[in-house]
Amino acid sequence: MNEFASMPDYGLSWLEASGDHPDIVLSTRVRLARNLQGHAFGPRARVNDREAILRLFKGSSGKSDILSGGTLLEMPAVALRTRRILLERRVVTRDLLGDEETGPEQGTAVHLSGLDPVSVMVNEEDHLRVQSLVSGLRIEQAWRMVDRLDEELGRELPFAYHNEFGFLTSCPTNVGSGLRASVFIHLPGLVLTKEIGKVLQGLGQVGLTFRGLYGEGSEVIGNFFQISNQTTLGKTEEDLVDHLDKVARQVIQYELQARQVLLRDALGVTEDKVWKAYGLLRYARSLSFEELMNLLSGVRLGLSLKLLPGLRVYTLNKMMIFTQPAHLEEAAGRDLPSSESDAHRATYVRRILAAEGEVSADDSASGEAELSDQA
Amino acid sequence: MSDMACDKCGTTEAVVNLTQIINNEMSTHRLCEKCAAEKGLESNPEASNLPLTDFLAQMGTDTVSDTSPEGIQCSFCGLTFSDFSKTGRLGCPECYETYASHLQKLLRQVHGGTQHVGKVYLPPDPTASEVERRLGGLRRKLDRAVESEDFERAAELRDEIRSLEPA
Repeated sequence: MNEFASMPDYGLSWLEASGDHPDIVLSTRVRLARNLQGHAFGPRARVNDREAILRLFKGSSGKSDILSGGTLLEMPAVALRTRRILLERRVVTRDLLGDEETGPEQGTAVHLSGLDPVSVMVNEEDHLRVQSLVSGLRIEQAWRMVDRLDEELGRELPFAYHNEFGFLTSCPTNVGSGLRASVFIHLPGLVLTKEIGKVLQGLGQVGLTFRGLYGEGSEVIGNFFQISNQTTLGKTEEDLVDHLDKVARQVIQYELQARQVLLRDALGVTEDKVWKAYGLLRYARSLSFEELMNLLSGVRLGLSLKLLPGLRVYTLNKMMIFTQPAHLEEAAGRDLPSSESDAHRATYVRRILAAEGEVSADDSASGEAELSDQA
Repeated sequence: MSDMACDKCGTTEAVVNLTQIINNEMSTHRLCEKCAAEKGLESNPEASNLPLTDFLAQMGTDTVSDTSPEGIQCSFCGLTFSDFSKTGRLGCPECYETYASHLQKLLRQVHGGTQHVGKVYLPPDPTASEVERRLGGLRRKLDRAVESEDFERAAELRDEIRSLEPA
């Protein structure tokens, strides 16, 4: 696969399980929406608008220290499966893939930096989406990287900017800073203790919002939530970023407290849930993606609670990504109908657990906090 | 939990575990659905978000206002207000001027205000006033960096301020 060979880190450094609380916070993303003067926004842009925007962007990226050593993928030239893989790695959005029948729109592209985990989507809903995707809870760092790249691009490109409204965007919910910061967070303790509704409601009261696995409109599976800022106008970028960081840390504290409640009041049930999930993953012959995500949630909780010694967060992160349909097809070298896909998924999971996730099912470990080898 | 009666009303079966942590003191109550709802615990927390398109639809039919935006069209991209109401997306940067007064109302509702206070954009060939605004933004950032004792960031900002200040 040529496109991947040229991708700096294959778009996957966010899986590495570094940063703060990597067992609870899978990743942090910060993105800035930017548009260029004199062109209609994404949904109303014509082909010549989109081509002009891509041309202007290429001119600026050539002068950017952060982007110049990286890779530009023009979506219409990228093979269908590779495009789906980019989506599964969260490098691009569904919007950028375009219509299933007709494929991506002319002028759509993504440029990945070779230097930092930052990238720019071109001709999405906004002309440019400058984003950073990093492992663990690292909002401030992700913001800094995006900010630097935005400064470089802004020196070359005429951004649409208004003295009152700030950076202008296609959707008025993004206007002002154009900044959306989000953390991808695993909250099984709060779900199991039924405290989650209160926490999510609380988020709304402090100007934050939550979504499922794949962003807006997607459902919550495997107890994973995306928490992000709701408003973008009237606060500085630093305030938005600080606020999300503070609230995310608070949510983590609630989650840890809920896990203590589980250990104290329901140790047997919790251990059973964790081990059953591990057993199914280790030996099942067919797994749907949703089934896998729910089992991984149990195993991830077990790892955090040190009930499953020897398992690493990185192994679990990889399993979430490489078991998605396009990744399985890439490994198989052909398209897979969903029944076959489920079998391939189970095989991948068994192999990776045998190779790097073998856990000794020693009864003496029961209820005791054994130190796990977390990378 | 199945045969547990509600801690509050004592009659209905408890289905919600309410654990409160106040000043590091944790207390747990088992509540039935009705009592939980009375305490403000909704099982569907998403419901409270008013969708943008609903708000926009409401705005379009605002009969009290004599400046109904319905007939207005953006001279640059041709977007009409009803297009905007349907999709929730503006057509181009110019739309922000075309619909400025209506957007102010919407932005106050969505963001709680209309004035951007973040990064001040410095275009490729800035005018003197654009440089001045940018400097204002950078000085605010500098104050903040110094306040939070982020001296590395403060040094970066000082360099940038110096590079923009007239010699």
